[in-house]
Amino acid sequence: MTDNILIAGFGGQGILFAGKILVYAGMASGKEVSWLPSYGPEMRGGTCNCSVVISDEPIGSPLVITPDVLIALNTPSLEKFINNVKPGGVVLIDTTMCDAKVTREDVKVFALPATEMADTNDLKGGANIILLGKLLGETKILTEEAFAKAVEKVVPISKPKLRENDMRALTLGMQY
Amino acid sequence: MEKMLMKGNEALAEAAIRAGCKCFFGYPITPQTEVAAYLSRQLPKNGGVFLQAESEVAAINMVYGAAAAGVRTMTSSSSPGISLKAEGISYLCGADLPCVIINVQRGGPGLGGIQPSQADYWQATKALGHGDSRVFVYAPNSVQEMVNLVVIAFDKADEYRVPAMILADGLLGQMMEPVSFPEISANKTEKPWATDGHGNNRPHNIANSLYLKPDVLENSIWERDSRYKQMEMTETMADYYCCDDAEIVVAAYGASSRICKSAVKAARDQGIKAGLFRPVTLFPFPKNELKTACRNAKKVLTVEMSTGQMVEDVKLALECKIPVEFYGRTGGIIPTPDEVLAEIKKLNENKGE
Repeated sequence: MTDNILIAGFGGQGILFAGKILVYAGMASGKEVSWLPSYGPEMRGGTCNCSVVISDEPIGSPLVITPDVLIALNTPSLEKFINNVKPGGVVLIDTTMCDAKVTREDVKVFALPATEMADTNDLKGGANIILLGKLLGETKILTEEAFAKAVEKVVPISKPKLRENDMRALTLGMQY
Repeated sequence: MEKMLMKGNEALAEAAIRAGCKCFFGYPITPQTEVAAYLSRQLPKNGGVFLQAESEVAAINMVYGAAAAGVRTMTSSSSPGISLKAEGISYLCGADLPCVIINVQRGGPGLGGIQPSQADYWQATKALGHGDSRVFVYAPNSVQEMVNLVVIAFDKADEYRVPAMILADGLLGQMMEPVSFPEISANKTEKPWATDGHGNNRPHNIANSLYLKPDVLENSIWERDSRYKQMEMTETMADYYCCDDAEIVVAAYGASSRICKSAVKAARDQGIKAGLFRPVTLFPFPKNELKTACRNAKKVLTVEMSTGQMVEDVKLALECKIPVEFYGRTGGIIPTPDEVLAEIKKLNENKGE
């Protein structure tokens, strides 16, 4: 079993951070993992994406071209990658940032106003984690415990408030 | 040993510290900058010197100085920066000074681009500098190998008094994978030639590559060449996947070998007898290992992120007895497993020809 996940959006939306949480969660579950950022001239406001592979076997290509899961945090990302998603795949969309509609009928779409949810719950910048929560709730790709361990790994112990916020964002997404 | 998640560039830098690297000289360039950034934080804490030079040329000449003093030293750059270091690398070879040089390749020629590439194969393996000079060339294909090979590179450079290069690429440098750092037993080669102070007990040691008398120069070159021959005999490294009964052998190194492994696996699932041969040392090139991998091969497919630079070494190793085909993408484009699989299928259909 191999899950190819592509997270895409603007720089500054926590695309790479969300990817990190996913790989650490995969590792905590005893899986093989890889994380590959798009790199280069991307910066705050530019486009940014991150390939994450979580697998039971050693990973060949770390570059995700045909994702099983696409998490799109803005319109250009959804338009760019929607046609690459494998049939039967899962697409998560932040509808606050993304007004494009998915016309494909062979993928499962979960649309939620993640940025708005983050803002109204005092979790500014937490849309990425809310979407991961939704992914977790809908696909059982990994366990909640694994995510909690990942948050502990990625967010330093000196920032307990951030840890708490990430877990809150995760729950918000799961319960949506 | 607990596994950590690290970028290839950072894992390599950490491994260099553990291997006893005491001096790093570099100049920033994408996509290798994390090597320098990591060492700027960590090397001083571990009793070493991190210095950002004013240029690549300065950095490689600082490496010359540190290496001459007998210290484990390293520099890192990406393709255009390596070209700038070429003169200094030739001097290091000429003065028999060990060091480790990292090339996290990007697209070329010229400034090229910043995405992953393998277009510096010829430069690394044939003529990194002028003169009859060679360097060890190690090609990792995972973050773990970025660690393991840098340790080997330091040891072998010291043992042979030959610079060693890690030929990585932007994909390996930027990706994160779980990695562990094995206990490193500092393999210390004595360096009686080091210019580290004679204390009035011995004559001066001089690190030099200038020999104005041709016969003296020739002797020094043949002596060095005998070490290159020895490297070819004993220091080759390679990896095999499903080669035993393989009729189509894919030959690929570094990042593209990972894409090829996915393609070979998919070909096997479709009943095609495909295998993967991966040279880990590019110089010395693992000729005998390739022959062994191809003992049942009808066709060989070389896959690279270049226009086909390793093809010649593959053909030479196989003495042109098996047809060698090529598939590649270049300029920063990474081939996909599907593209490679399509090539494997094509060769499989025509394998009798």
